[in-house]
Amino acid sequence: MTDVSMTVNGREMKGSVEDRTLLVQFLRDNLGLTGTHVGCDTSQCGACVVHVDGKAVKSCTMLAVQASGASVTTIEGIANGVELHPVQAAFREHHGLQCGFCTPGMIMTAVDMINRHGSSLDEKTVREELDGNICRCTGYHNIVKAILSAAGAAQTPAMAAE
Amino acid sequence: MGVEGIGAKVLRKEDRRFITGRGRYVDDMSVPGMKYAAFVRSPHAHARITGIDKSAAEAMPGVIGVLDGKQLQGDGIGNLICGWAVSSKDGTPMKMGAYPALASEVVRYVGQPLAVVVAETRAQARDAADALAVEYEELPVVTKAVDALKDGAPQLHPEAPGNLIFDWELGDRSATDAAFAKAAHVTKIHIHNNRLVPNPMEPRAALGHYDMAEDHYTCWTTSQNPHVARLVMSAFYNVAPEHKLRVIAPDVGGGFGSKIYIYPEEIVCLWASKRTGVPVKWTSDRTEAFLTDAHGRDHETEVELALDADNKILGLKVETTANLGAYMSLFSSSVPTYLYATLLSGQYDIPAIHANVKAVYTNTVPVDAYRGAGRPEATFVVERTMETAARELGISPAELRRKNFIRSFPHQTPVIMAYDAGDFEACLNAGMEAADVAGFEGRRAEAKSRGKLRGLGMSCYIEACGIAPSKAVGSLGAGVGLWESAEVRVNPVGTIEILTGSHSHGQGHETTFSQLVAERFGLPVDNVQVIHGDTDKVQFGMGTYGSRSGAVGMSAIVKALDKVEAKAKKIAAHVLEADEGDIVIENGEVKVAGTDKKLGWHEVCLGAYTAHNLPDGMEPGLKEGAFYDPTNFTFPAGCYICEVEVDPETGTTEVVQFVAADDFGRVINPMIVEGQVHGGIAQGIGQALLEGTHYDDSGQLITASYMDYAMPRAWDLPMFKVSTTETLCPGNPLGMKGCGEAGAIGSPPAVINAITDAIGNNDLTMPATPEKVWKALNAVE
Repeated sequence: MTDVSMTVNGREMKGSVEDRTLLVQFLRDNLGLTGTHVGCDTSQCGACVVHVDGKAVKSCTMLAVQASGASVTTIEGIANGVELHPVQAAFREHHGLQCGFCTPGMIMTAVDMINRHGSSLDEKTVREELDGNICRCTGYHNIVKAILSAAGAAQTPAMAAE
Repeated sequence: MGVEGIGAKVLRKEDRRFITGRGRYVDDMSVPGMKYAAFVRSPHAHARITGIDKSAAEAMPGVIGVLDGKQLQGDGIGNLICGWAVSSKDGTPMKMGAYPALASEVVRYVGQPLAVVVAETRAQARDAADALAVEYEELPVVTKAVDALKDGAPQLHPEAPGNLIFDWELGDRSATDAAFAKAAHVTKIHIHNNRLVPNPMEPRAALGHYDMAEDHYTCWTTSQNPHVARLVMSAFYNVAPEHKLRVIAPDVGGGFGSKIYIYPEEIVCLWASKRTGVPVKWTSDRTEAFLTDAHGRDHETEVELALDADNKILGLKVETTANLGAYMSLFSSSVPTYLYATLLSGQYDIPAIHANVKAVYTNTVPVDAYRGAGRPEATFVVERTMETAARELGISPAELRRKNFIRSFPHQTPVIMAYDAGDFEACLNAGMEAADVAGFEGRRAEAKSRGKLRGLGMSCYIEACGIAPSKAVGSLGAGVGLWESAEVRVNPVGTIEILTGSHSHGQGHETTFSQLVAERFGLPVDNVQVIHGDTDKVQFGMGTYGSRSGAVGMSAIVKALDKVEAKAKKIAAHVLEADEGDIVIENGEVKVAGTDKKLGWHEVCLGAYTAHNLPDGMEPGLKEGAFYDPTNFTFPAGCYICEVEVDPETGTTEVVQFVAADDFGRVINPMIVEGQVHGGIAQGIGQALLEGTHYDDSGQLITASYMDYAMPRAWDLPMFKVSTTETLCPGNPLGMKGCGEAGAIGSPPAVINAITDAIGNNDLTMPATPEKVWKALNAVE
């Protein structure tokens, strides 16, 4: 067992874990932050995306001990109290979720994407950068719309026509 | 309709918990003392278990118990059942092989569970499961249905000689033969409908808790129909009597059919909880999901279509071999029969149809309903055949369809279904206009100038939803009735709780169902709470599949609301000293029409509970329930048009435009309906282009992870152009038809018709991978 400590959503958190414990297991099982999900075993689906020191990371691909000392933000940590983060609000406004299981990872990926590209995001870039996030419900149509809207990016003609 | 009533785009009430990470899925649940289960699964596709040695596993750290199939049988846990009886054409019942929750003698597919380990942590449970010593005697393997029917094929079940479960037929063979004898043209094609893995993003999970003090069980499970799960686990699997078993399906992360069934794992978690004395949780990993969630499709079909000299259809013959996997899953028998062959008339007036379906055991994962369930297979048969016939005859595919559309309703097909309403030409026209079919040849020429092959394909689907009139499905072999229940509880302050037997796993019921109250009483949707998925709260219900929550589930709510409205009006009429017939309820007020006399809705509700001034003889309270049994299936229909560009160098297909023009009857929330269509189309394009389920000759599933099975990703798909036309369904009070499966039903043939149009070779199977497309384009075997 190894002691780990990290800042999670602005609070200092400590725990003792087996070395093989993944960051996602530490968040879910030790800290009870169950908003971060596990949808596959191969780092393909992105349901587990969190931010580690400001960058989007698949928390099933990182050991908890590797994150020791880091600052971690999960889906539970991005709203300002009851005020939704703009990307959360955009997912609701554009019906960018159905069953909700992939949604936390989608939102954390989208926040990172917007942080890097800002309003220069376009549909092609969004679709390419969603390569690591799988959704089975929405066909991505409304997820793409939500991300572009939250980025303040121009809508494509096909979207504007709706 | 009001701002939140029928037809309004109301944002979803349930979203807030999902976008903030506060959803509650089964794996998020924990109860005091809870431990973890890991299943020991067969690594062989077909083998006899010759010995199990538990000593090493039991000695592993943290292990609480190691339980096997003999113990399960010894405790009287029953075998899994198939709930729909289908008979062969010679009258013999289907041949069902025994399906124990944990195998003790023979394993018949890779991944079949044979033991369970309960341990302190997930990792310890898995370590110990890996340490269980099982000896096997390997047996010969067959994975393809057509091979399983051959002489000398490996035999799976002693109950089913030749691996044949049933040899079933529908329609009139002699009338169809007579129709073919008169044909001026016959189109013949072979159809391969590829096996799919449903892949809801939330893997299945179960948490079983036996409370020794109360002798009571609770099961949290990823289920689309928790009430049926309780009934089946109680009545057939002997887990516990119904009143001693509570089943809860909380937030469920997608289902697409795969979470209808009651699987071995939830039964075993409940049983193991009693055996070990601790609550037991199991969560599937993704490879377990590939290996154990019921798969979909997997048909091989020969089709023949007879046309007269005027291009009118005379008859259709279909011979299908359906692979049902190693065991019969809960509704597996209904999928290639009553959910398939009954839709083979498509949107067309076909005088004679005959279908023959053989269902077959193989050493693969059991196959059952997956989004569309039989109807995508039927649509693929009909719409690939129509497109092929049009090409052979040298006429436009749209014109061949128009010429043969059913135009008057009700229409009795030769294959059971009586279509009640529709306007197929309206959908076709809407689709062709949205797709700018008139401008296609210009786009094709422009693509050619860029070195790309552009193709256009269409699909005019019809399906049957609103499943279903209980008496009708009972006569066809269903073991259950397919009504739905609802209860409307009005609180003394006037807020409302709707309890429904439907289950939402992404469909947005909390919002759509609330809109019925907004429409009826003019109350805000925020004043309504929709409660589902808990057998302690909702008395009974049939769950959500077959696009039935609207047409059946909401019809039950409407019936209950009718009763609430009638009682509220009686109370108001009494208090206001008015005639009951003059009372109207709107905008949250209960008024006497044509006067200024009125009560607030909350005043009427409070009055119902204070009971100080009720009409003589009226019971206090305002709570009503209803059961709704549909009068017919409903028949959503539409026209899908796909445009693709193929790169002839690589065989890569890009879907450059996808149009859906659907007739779902009345639409309650257009935003949610469009979302359902988007998701369905994505799954259909996935089937057509990407998703291939491959077993090797030894029965290993070699596409058992997201590294190997191509799920549709954002860059595989375009923005979709979706719209609706409307003919109301006459069979239910809201005129609804259902929208959940249409996208997955209509889209695969549109995609394949488009690619084959682009490459000029009609011989192409799904998934149309770049390799297959390149080979078809270059006519290379």
